[in-house]
Amino acid sequence: MSVELFAALTVFVLAILCGLAVISKVPATLHTPLMSGANSIHGIVLVGSMFIAVEATDPIAQILSFIAVAFATMNVVGGYVVTDRMLLMFRRKPAAAAPAAASSADKPSA
Amino acid sequence: MPDLSLLETLVRIAWLAGAVAFVLGLVRMNSPATARNGNLLSAGGMAVAIVATIVFLLFRDNGTGFNAVGWVIIAAGIALGGGLGLYTARTVKMTAMPQLVSLFNAVGGGAAALIAIDDYLGLNATSTLPSLQVSVATVLDIVIGSITFTGSLIASGKLMGLKITPSKPVMIPGGQLVTAALALIVVAGALYLWLGNLSLPVMLVILAAALIFGVTMTLPIGGADMPVVISLLNSFTGTAVAMAGFVLDNVVLIIAGALVGASGAILTKLMADAMNRSVINIMIGGFGGGEGTVAVAGPEGGAVRSIGIDDAAIQLAYAQNVIIVPGYGLAVAQAQHAVRELADQLESRGVNVNYAIHPVAGRMPGHMNVLLAEANVPYPQLREMEDINPEFERADVALVVGANDVTNPAARRSGTPVSGMPILDVDHARSIIVIKRSMGRGYAGIDNELYVNPKTGMLFADAKQGLADLVAAVKAL
Repeated sequence: MSVELFAALTVFVLAILCGLAVISKVPATLHTPLMSGANSIHGIVLVGSMFIAVEATDPIAQILSFIAVAFATMNVVGGYVVTDRMLLMFRRKPAAAAPAAASSADKPSA
Repeated sequence: MPDLSLLETLVRIAWLAGAVAFVLGLVRMNSPATARNGNLLSAGGMAVAIVATIVFLLFRDNGTGFNAVGWVIIAAGIALGGGLGLYTARTVKMTAMPQLVSLFNAVGGGAAALIAIDDYLGLNATSTLPSLQVSVATVLDIVIGSITFTGSLIASGKLMGLKITPSKPVMIPGGQLVTAALALIVVAGALYLWLGNLSLPVMLVILAAALIFGVTMTLPIGGADMPVVISLLNSFTGTAVAMAGFVLDNVVLIIAGALVGASGAILTKLMADAMNRSVINIMIGGFGGGEGTVAVAGPEGGAVRSIGIDDAAIQLAYAQNVIIVPGYGLAVAQAQHAVRELADQLESRGVNVNYAIHPVAGRMPGHMNVLLAEANVPYPQLREMEDINPEFERADVALVVGANDVTNPAARRSGTPVSGMPILDVDHARSIIVIKRSMGRGYAGIDNELYVNPKTGMLFADAKQGLADLVAAVKAL
């Protein structure tokens, strides 16, 4: 086994442990946005797709790398945008809580 | 090891910064207050990593010269994929969001598989026998990426309710045998290639088997289990991307892929736990069918009491504390705006309204929160299970809309399919109103003892229509 491969394996294992530690603390409420956020992160495959695209010389490799780049970009852009939209929903709306208390006098006395 | 050029050093620093942003972004997604910021941090890290890669590929000197066609491919691919991603992500309705996430997952897995396929074609063209680590990573990338590609497409189709991918489990005669045979083909082919053989046909057979495996694996699983499946496939994609990192010897792919692989696995387990199922049970297609499964008789035989709209409206309007329990049925009926309207009506009469959100309410954990937030329900009213359970005793009315198994008191006893599943203590409320279309069973396939509780009134209606009728009735009081 080469030094490079062993270094890559070390990084791989430590990144797995990192992922386990980060996620176990997240409350259930945020699981869907979190899954979507993690889903965007594996869009990093775009970096690899560009590496193969720039070296593609025969038509098959060019078609494959074009699809790979398009797929990966869709993953990145769509993933982050839809996650952001979900998280925008969680913004506190300061106006919404007040009226309930103010209008309690309207309750009919029947 | 030779020293890196200045350009390569800088690009590697940028990749490292990107990886750090991914980890810190995920940490910040722990709490609602910092979650959006965390996602933006992660997106920023992604932008840095991608721009650095483009700069590196433009200015590196590897002796092959400038490949104009390659850059046209990159520009066109980014324009097409980015445009599609941006358009769909911005226009999708929040109720349809889980299937879009699954679609994005599919294309991510597809891209990872294509990288390995391209790499293998290159090796084959030059008759280069790959080292063991490259052939292991290549085959794993192709297999996992292909399974995740077709599996996520099927999962997405099931959530959309497409005819070719119905939400209910599809049982192909001998389907499990086919799936097992495909798995065997993949394993045998992988071993053949790992033993030092270079064979394009074998690689193509593995590819085809993995693509079909993704379909046969996902088709028999019921729609209610799709969240767990999507989460599992998300984890698969992460792993496939890490494998692509080994194929290309690119550390940022390895880090980000492993991070997502691990996080997806934990998330999958949490989701399955909340439903009291094991992941293996779901993948094999246990009792998720909802039909023809065991019914467990409750201790109290009792008859079902049905209640009319007006009676229910009076109960709600003159209550002090109302807890609304939204479930899958509310999400399906897209009744989140109707429930918000009812809550508004009640609040304007001085009723204190809260929502009890079970960890797996909706189609994914947290999905219900997103749906209700979209309908402008104030975030502080959305209460998690542990937080709200003690308050059911003080609630005058618990209004259950489209939730079933998560309210079944049978879960507190042993020996039922839902035993041990954490439930909302709806039966502790002074009175209970259940809006439901029929006495049909939930996806666990058992009767809900809550419905025969003497305190419970059943309001038989579609969630959206029933809520709209309640709003009108409360207004008229």
